[in-house]
Amino acid sequence: MPKTMLEKIWDAHVVRSEPGRPDLLYIDLHLIHEVTSPQAFDGLRLSGRRVRRPDLTVATMDHNVPTTDRSLPVADPISKRQMEALERNCAEFGITLFHLRDPRQGIVHVIGPELGLTQPGMTIVCGDSHTSTHGAFGALAFGIGTSEVEHVLATQCLWQSRPKTMEIRVDGTLGYGVTAKDVILAIIGRIGTDGATGYVIEYTGEVIRALSMEGRMTVCNMSIEAGARAGLIAPDEKTFAYVKGRPYAPQGADWEAALAEWRTLSTDPGARFDAQVTLDGSEIAPHVTWGTSPGMVVPITGCVPSPEEFTSEADRRAAERALEYMGLMPHTPMQSIKLDRVFIGSCTNGRIEDLRAAAEVARGRKVHPDVHAIVVPGSTQVRRQAEQEGLDRIFKEAGFEWREAGCSMCLGMNPDILRPGERCASTSNRNFEGRQGRGGRTHLVSPPMAAAAAIAGHLVDVRDWK
Amino acid sequence: MQPFVRETGVVAPLDRVNVDTDQIIPKQFLKRIERTGFGPFLFFDWRYLSDGQTPDPNFELNAPEYRGATILVTGRNFGCGSSREHAPWALMDYGFRVIIAPSFADIFYNNCFKNGLLPVVLPEDTVRALIEKARAQPGYRLTVDLEAQTVCDGEAVQISFEIDPFRKHCLLHGLDDIGLTLQQEADIAAYEARRPPWKRGVMQNVP
Repeated sequence: MPKTMLEKIWDAHVVRSEPGRPDLLYIDLHLIHEVTSPQAFDGLRLSGRRVRRPDLTVATMDHNVPTTDRSLPVADPISKRQMEALERNCAEFGITLFHLRDPRQGIVHVIGPELGLTQPGMTIVCGDSHTSTHGAFGALAFGIGTSEVEHVLATQCLWQSRPKTMEIRVDGTLGYGVTAKDVILAIIGRIGTDGATGYVIEYTGEVIRALSMEGRMTVCNMSIEAGARAGLIAPDEKTFAYVKGRPYAPQGADWEAALAEWRTLSTDPGARFDAQVTLDGSEIAPHVTWGTSPGMVVPITGCVPSPEEFTSEADRRAAERALEYMGLMPHTPMQSIKLDRVFIGSCTNGRIEDLRAAAEVARGRKVHPDVHAIVVPGSTQVRRQAEQEGLDRIFKEAGFEWREAGCSMCLGMNPDILRPGERCASTSNRNFEGRQGRGGRTHLVSPPMAAAAAIAGHLVDVRDWK
Repeated sequence: MQPFVRETGVVAPLDRVNVDTDQIIPKQFLKRIERTGFGPFLFFDWRYLSDGQTPDPNFELNAPEYRGATILVTGRNFGCGSSREHAPWALMDYGFRVIIAPSFADIFYNNCFKNGLLPVVLPEDTVRALIEKARAQPGYRLTVDLEAQTVCDGEAVQISFEIDPFRKHCLLHGLDDIGLTLQQEADIAAYEARRPPWKRGVMQNVP
């Protein structure tokens, strides 16, 4: 019986299976951060339980860390308390922690791959919905709540029902200025924010194969924005080359053994998916969101839609609410929308390739005087590498602020937030009401589109800047 | 965990689709390191005016007739976005025991069951009818019976709902998942013994 990649990974991790019950799955890697873990550690203490596999558990600080000078104390006392709680918990339970000042610190979904912790065929969980990012390596990776964090800490397992499978195939080739971010925004625009609820998506097709590992991570990262808990991409030579030699990657004979297994992970020819969707990559333009849900998205050449264009009453009302919140009128050309802020960073688009693409656009140009733009690398290592390549100078000379690594304005848990009414072009993943600060208005875009928008002072089609 | 068997209570309508967990409990309240005390911050940005204190009279749940409601009826894809379990904690702490919607986001749905909060999936038309009733008849009450898998108002409305039998069992008895799993120690240990040796984790190979 031919199997999909999901089925192969699933079957290889079943600890116990009985009819009428979810399967008990083994978890290969558990990533932890300061926001969703404190209550889980409290639960362990209350019941006198230990962490079963501290060796398969890794922690970092990312969500509410300051992105300004790290030699200064953390100004927000509540954030500080949460970071201290993580430090205490990791010390007490023997867990490796990449602390605020560790050179390996960064957004949990950036450092997993960059340290070689993320490997094909693994099951990976984290108390964070963007854990789907790691699916780019052919790992089954999904977000969990704090109760499940506690469960994994105590047992290294989770009860899970087998999800359905959806293949999303993107054929053709991407045009100039079109990135992985535009591909995933186009997908969400097509299937909707709940289009893949209950499914794990496997992304296939020429466009996906041609993407770099960074691009594949961007696509898998936003699977959750289409409702899927996880996205998967079959590992190939590009994947293996990325993993090889990284600090926690298998080495020597282990590497050969791992590689032999990773080569068997791809979906077998003839395996059946529960649903299939196809897109033509050559038709995808740079995309930008106009509303308060990632599915409210149009090509940059388009206009703000009118609520009447939606068929269901619920969607019409949602569009009306979104337009009111966003302060936009129907039929406004997207490229005429003026901006106050630009944010380049996040687990979606805070990797070295993203910063290179943005710097390419920013090189020799100046940020518009009405715009305040910041670049927040996804990890301290990305920051170092960018500095070695001189990207920081390009950004600074153009008038962007160059920050320390963290989640930053993607969710505004640290001091990087929008003020009410401010409008921001952001390379992050969610344009929800208030996500970047109460009353803040977010337009999701790719890194080159964000850089171009910062310079123009309004949303703009980066393809015109060729 | 608090078991859930049956709940009779006032129904509050929240007639919006794609209500995300950032709306249910905004990020500034995620810095608490406890599981309790999130109720006052539920739907914070919608519930209060920009001073963060004055209840917004236009927000549905602030209407006096929905005070003390224990059943929330709302639009599709409820709980989308972030995995924060603070969302069900806030809903429970506010007083809700049941959320009825045409669909839920996966992680949120899962988190509800870990906290004794019952998410009920009903067809879109049925949910629409319940929202209309809750609006038209202030104080409209429903009984949600998990054992019987029914939603009733004691009059015309009697609806059945589907639920995974294992989740139902755990919720009815308030079972502690971790305790259950630890009983499978032999299976877990056997699995660990057959894991490939190169899956070493973080303790070895330390750079």
